[in-house]
Amino acid sequence: MAERITLQVSRYRPENDAEPVTQEYEIPLRKAWSVLDGLNHVKDHIDGTLSFRWSCRMGICGSCGMTVNGDPHLGCAAFLTDYAPGPVRVEPLRNFPVIRDLVVEIGDFMRKLPKVKPWLIRTDTAETGTAEAEAAEIGTAEIGTAEREFPQTPAEMDEYHRYSMCINCMLCYSACPVVGLEEDFLGPAAIAIAQRYNLDSRDQGAAERFDVLSSAAGVWDCTFVGECTTACPKGVDPAGAIQRYKLTAAMESLKAFVLPRRAR
Amino acid sequence: MTERVQYTEFHPRWHRTRFPVFWWLRRRSYLVFVVRELTSVFVAWTVVYLLLLINAVAEDDAAYQRFLDWSGTWWVVLLNVVALALLLFHTVTWFNLAPKAIVARMRGRPLPGIWIQGAHYLAWALVSAGVAWLILG
Amino acid sequence: MAKRQIEPILWLTFSAGGMAAALALPVLLLVFGVLIPLDWASPDRTHLLAVLRNPLTRLVLLAVFVLALFHWAHRFRYTLYEGLQLKHLNQVINVLCYGGAVAGSVMAGYILLIAL
Repeated sequence: MAERITLQVSRYRPENDAEPVTQEYEIPLRKAWSVLDGLNHVKDHIDGTLSFRWSCRMGICGSCGMTVNGDPHLGCAAFLTDYAPGPVRVEPLRNFPVIRDLVVEIGDFMRKLPKVKPWLIRTDTAETGTAEAEAAEIGTAEIGTAEREFPQTPAEMDEYHRYSMCINCMLCYSACPVVGLEEDFLGPAAIAIAQRYNLDSRDQGAAERFDVLSSAAGVWDCTFVGECTTACPKGVDPAGAIQRYKLTAAMESLKAFVLPRRAR
Repeated sequence: MTERVQYTEFHPRWHRTRFPVFWWLRRRSYLVFVVRELTSVFVAWTVVYLLLLINAVAEDDAAYQRFLDWSGTWWVVLLNVVALALLLFHTVTWFNLAPKAIVARMRGRPLPGIWIQGAHYLAWALVSAGVAWLILG
Repeated sequence: MAKRQIEPILWLTFSAGGMAAALALPVLLLVFGVLIPLDWASPDRTHLLAVLRNPLTRLVLLAVFVLALFHWAHRFRYTLYEGLQLKHLNQVINVLCYGGAVAGSVMAGYILLIAL
């Protein structure tokens, strides 16, 4: 008989459960199976009511973030054989409200992310230089057309490349105690993504992002636990991005203190 | 996450967990983090201790002798041994995390983190040797 | 762009203090807190006094002590906020931490610049 492994899955069915309860499923332990494959086996063959999010099965879409044996992981990147002989505890991502079973409500992150203006900002394409004016002009603006290109050297790309690997899977939000404690904290991914644009040689929006990033709920809430970087499945290093920005923001603020009337 | 939600049949209640007070006992890495943060208490203690010493040295021979007697009592020595261990923990964690915040460049290229870290340890060795020589040499 | 905020300045003192404490304090505590009390070293008082009265020593020590105290204030404040979830007491905690750092700095200034 083939080997088997037990999944202890956190179930929350709001129509019946006041609190999440644990349900056990015994599934085959196959060499190439991830936790997500195990859950799909449960869904297809054992219990069709189990709810969880997934899409690409290959660590690109960022949908299947979950807590596996207490650690935040992509379900598709956590392999069952690494947890043998089991049991494997599967819970929803922490620090998010649970809608059902392993499905969490991500509105918090979705509202925070646009605050850092995660897109390339050019101040030289429109007279007023704001992103809004630029967006209004997008039909006629040169951005992205053959008339004007923004070339970049490999060294310039290296400056931000690792931050651009973020897939918005929110494992870092799940790993970060400050996210759980400070509901306004922008959070690791949003700041890392802001740095992805700040450090891009084609971007001119660092000044527009400054106020949000250097507010109390921005980088200063971070106490450098470092777990975001440990949790990140794409090697983004949000903790490093935040500390780097603290130094940048502190230097800017120091300038403002020393030279208060200097026009910037 | 604070917005008030009207729960209906088609928008059933979300489950929210309260963040546990003793969250830092739940993971080893969180515990290490809290210990790292608490090293600051021993940093402050060291400053206070050294100020007491300097004050005694400044006063006269008798005051210095009283300080030496006090600093030799078992509980002060024990406290200082613990404080020293945590100061070392502070130094090591501080230097190991320094490359995360500091980006140093040489001819336009970012230096590898290990160089920045190494420079910190080198500076530590030099400062420690210099101070020890100044006091004991 | 940059408003005059206090948080970045506090963070800078925290960082500078962390660096100063990391570099200078372990050796000082090793010598004065462990080696001398255990009689493994015994520099005489006149030598210590001569080293301490050097203006450079006074200034360096004052800088290290003040920055290290602000390092403590900043870190301990966040530890109380988060480790014990006491953010609602932030005014008391701020007075305790930064008030303590200011008081300690004044003491350090008095001892190093006047009493010595």
